[in-house]
Amino acid sequence: MILNAPFLLFALVAVWATFMVVTRAVAIHALLYLVVALLALACIFDVLGAPFAAILEVIVYAGAIMVLFVFVVMMLNLGRPDRLRENTWITPRTWVGPGILAALLLAALADALAMAPPDGGPVVVIDTRQVGLALYGPYVLMVELASFLLLAGLVSAFRIGRHIRGEDAP
Amino acid sequence: MFGILRTLWLTFLHLGHRRVTVGYPETRPALPPRYRGRIILSRDPDGLERCVACNLCAVACPVDCISLQKAEQDGRWYPEYFRINFSRCIFCGFCEEACPTYAIQLTPDFEMSEYVRPNLVYEKEDLLISGTGKYPDYSFYRVSGVDIPGKAKGDAEREQPPVDLHSLLP
Amino acid sequence: MTPPPLVVIAGTLAVLLGLATMLTWAERRLLGLWQDRYGPNRVGPGGLFQAVADGIKILFKQDWIPPFADRPVFVLAPAIGMMTVLLAFGVIPVTALWSIAGDLNVGLLFVFATMGLGVYSVVLAGWASNSKYALLGGMRAAAQMISYEVFMGLSTMGVVMTAGSFSLRDIVQAQAGLWFVIPQCLGCAVFLLAGIAETHRLPFDLPEGENELGAGFHTEYSGMKFGMFFLSEYAGIVLVSALVTTLYLGGWQGPVLPPALWFAAKTGALVCLFILLRAALPRPRYDQLMALGWKVLLPLSLLNIVATGAVLLLRAPG
Repeated sequence: MILNAPFLLFALVAVWATFMVVTRAVAIHALLYLVVALLALACIFDVLGAPFAAILEVIVYAGAIMVLFVFVVMMLNLGRPDRLRENTWITPRTWVGPGILAALLLAALADALAMAPPDGGPVVVIDTRQVGLALYGPYVLMVELASFLLLAGLVSAFRIGRHIRGEDAP
Repeated sequence: MFGILRTLWLTFLHLGHRRVTVGYPETRPALPPRYRGRIILSRDPDGLERCVACNLCAVACPVDCISLQKAEQDGRWYPEYFRINFSRCIFCGFCEEACPTYAIQLTPDFEMSEYVRPNLVYEKEDLLISGTGKYPDYSFYRVSGVDIPGKAKGDAEREQPPVDLHSLLP
Repeated sequence: MTPPPLVVIAGTLAVLLGLATMLTWAERRLLGLWQDRYGPNRVGPGGLFQAVADGIKILFKQDWIPPFADRPVFVLAPAIGMMTVLLAFGVIPVTALWSIAGDLNVGLLFVFATMGLGVYSVVLAGWASNSKYALLGGMRAAAQMISYEVFMGLSTMGVVMTAGSFSLRDIVQAQAGLWFVIPQCLGCAVFLLAGIAETHRLPFDLPEGENELGAGFHTEYSGMKFGMFFLSEYAGIVLVSALVTTLYLGGWQGPVLPPALWFAAKTGALVCLFILLRAALPRPRYDQLMALGWKVLLPLSLLNIVATGAVLLLRAPG
């Protein structure tokens, strides 16, 4: 394991922030803690020698996706009544299923960690060139699949946002 | 696109234009004599008050900032007090237009700031000047048919002597 | 000999904040010049201390948080804005040997990351103020800044492809022969427009939109919290100008004069351009802004990437 101080610090921040995400009552506060968790993750990526992935994490997740989340939550105008109503939803029936699945994931992760070499190996900095070569070499199929997905999203967004003549005329 | 660039260029050329701002306290603006500034009460060429306390200025004033009281002495009407509240005055000049005797006049002086609001209420002593203002030769009592000491009826300029009623008898 | 990091950080903060403060005065003087008037010219020689007077005034104002606001987020929002802008300055190479945080091999992406986080400042300010004008401003800002970040990133890809690196220092060094503004003129134009939208400066200041939204996202802010927004906006102008200088105008390179001076001169000229834009242009409608972004700038920046790629392939040996 890589037990150096920065890694531990960022990991603690990430875990703490994630815990706060789950426990916050105000949606925006929860989202802000999620941003903090993502930033901490990015820092961990950087410590582990992947600055490109770290920066992409910040740009894509913290910078774009979470802003859209905040954007949507901003418009919902959730208040105290919603909070009280949501409290009644938290029953064992709702969280047991996801809890079991998460526990399975945790077990798999623990297994993988147990199999890893004890010192985690030396930190190798992976620069942008290597990422690009990997994406368009061994993983080119993944890139193509992702582009298909994005294209589908683009087409459906265009369909939804299309200005249909006559339908919205006054 | 071209229009935007042209706008930018033309605005940039204003670098060499002369500034239209007048740096007021250092350079005084040249105000025309008919500028509507501080209101004064003028005197006729004989050095007597022109105001006849007719109240027309007070009636014409749209913000009701003029108040006066009529008094009479030897057939001459004059204001017992004449008060202008300059904190309400809008310097519209209606009073000057309404005045039948050229008594109330607006001057090109506008520097009348005060720290205390009640100081902006000007009394007759503050308003009355010793000169004739914009109309040096006009004297109301000299052209009107009012009977005052030193000038009987019929003595005014371009006035015929009053008709003797007895001469009209058949 | 390099000074200790704390000194560097303190010095940078002092210089940047001082620069942003003086820029408030410089902008007003320049606007005055272009609009045939004086601007602030009373305090100190030529009004030079106007910024100081404004600073003193704003510091002594009541630090008012509206009772209906979300306190922690309300306080956090201006700090985020200031912080992200200042962070981005860390990787800008002023000269070949001198940038504040050293040379990062993903420097350009780091700048984009901090700018992306800067959106939070405006959006959260709009939300935390709990008032309709602020919320509308925040929503406009979110949509505008996310959209224009896309074109901003895409427009620089041509530069990155030509230079073969994300490191800002390498990018500047790749411009030794020819500044990128010539081969990448399309990218430069898109980047400049996106930069204006990203700092929500006039003519793209729709998140503030005084005549529609009061003051937009900072309607409820006063005192030094408003001052933080104000200063971070001006620091943002300097940042975008410095970025354009680095990416397209050859950074510190230039004959005769010392490199730092060249960098400062180019950045200063671009800042003046920003102010000229404010002096000259009216604000577009919001749908016009979005249409310009997605229908004009996005295709243009994609075209720029394709053309750059084609040229690079044709020129590649073998």
